Amino acid sequence: MNAFVQSNAAQDTRLLVEVEELSGQNLYACYQCGKCTAGCPLAFSMDILPHTIIRLMQLGQVERALSSKSPWHCAACLTCSSRCPKGVDLARVMEALRVLLIRSGKAPIQVFQLPVELAAQLPQQAAVSALRKHSG
Amino acid sequence: MKLLYYPGCTLRTVAQDFDRSAREVASALDIELVELTDFTCCGGLFPQTTENLMPLLAPARILVQAQRTDPAQKLMTLCTFCYNTLKRTHFTLQNDLQKRSIVSEFLEEPYRAEVKVVHLLEVLRDDIGYEAIGRKLAAGSLIESIQGMHVAPYYGCLLLRPSEEISMDDPEQPTILEDLLQTLGCTVVDFPWKTECCGSFLAVNKPELARQCSQTIVQRAAQVGAQMLVTTCPLCSYNITHLGLDHTPMSVLYFTQILGMALGIDLQKLGLRPDRLEKAIT
Repeated sequence: MNAFVQSNAAQDTRLLVEVEELSGQNLYACYQCGKCTAGCPLAFSMDILPHTIIRLMQLGQVERALSSKSPWHCAACLTCSSRCPKGVDLARVMEALRVLLIRSGKAPIQVFQLPVELAAQLPQQAAVSALRKHSG
Repeated sequence: MKLLYYPGCTLRTVAQDFDRSAREVASALDIELVELTDFTCCGGLFPQTTENLMPLLAPARILVQAQRTDPAQKLMTLCTFCYNTLKRTHFTLQNDLQKRSIVSEFLEEPYRAEVKVVHLLEVLRDDIGYEAIGRKLAAGSLIESIQGMHVAPYYGCLLLRPSEEISMDDPEQPTILEDLLQTLGCTVVDFPWKTECCGSFLAVNKPELARQCSQTIVQRAAQVGAQMLVTTCPLCSYNITHLGLDHTPMSVLYFTQILGMALGIDLQKLGLRPDRLEKAIT
């Protein structure tokens, strides 16, 4: 593939194919303009920025993308997807990374704990959606 | 006119003020809302993976129920998540015949992909028309207080995106909410953060992140001179009110509530506490 492929290349190539299949996106279409990161409302909290997640995978380092907190900080607001000049739906890529982790048993469902006064008013749509994100 | 109405889970519980105000507004504009019978939760989010059909079943079941009730009808929703999930599910089943056939087989009833999922904002724009709404505005001190206000329209994320599937308005420069608020006589401020995400469901397990997103939205609204944020989604309202407001004075209303006030509907019927509102307006 390219000179940057690490020693676990076979594993990463398999994961890359899975991410592309699950997301339906061509990761190599991305030319790293950074528009996704510029518009991402959660980028401030991410350990690996959205466009870098794609770059890592282009370089065959899917495991590094998978070990990042970023997919779990993505709120699936689709700002990146609607602004990408190359039509890469990054929200789908983030979901593919989450789903890969969930299906391999590496992302156990958390028990969410909220202060009572916040929980009493929490819209059901939030609880349903958060559980969906953590259960695939 | 008659419309099928799908309230969803949140409007039945913590966002009853949204549901009540919408019913009042509909009635004032001669829209007869017929609630969909035997409905379930839509599942909250549309699945972003290509091969997972399970999350399509709940929304597809709702679409089939609507088709069974009255196939010629539009199915109206209010909650942004319901609207997004139902409309995207419809779009997927309409265009992917293989998925449609699998889902139909599972539900033991073919989905003919003829149901038209609409949001109340679209009904107001396309079926009622802003001119007709303008003619129904009430007179009096309440509407004058609204008309003197600087209002920021806030769309949030899922109401408009992805635009090729939702196609309600431009995903970057929408005006549907501005146009409605201008019809009511409000001074609508130019609010560049109107389509920014409030942090969404991260409020559940990462509230500190949702807090930061929501606080940014409130602070930016205050910076452009807004006294009120008008929202379209129960989760946006929750995040803005409970996590975002902090020390910034800003009233947060659903578009149905401010529309109801302009139509002269009693505040209590709109789920608005007069004392809280007065504090917000003055």
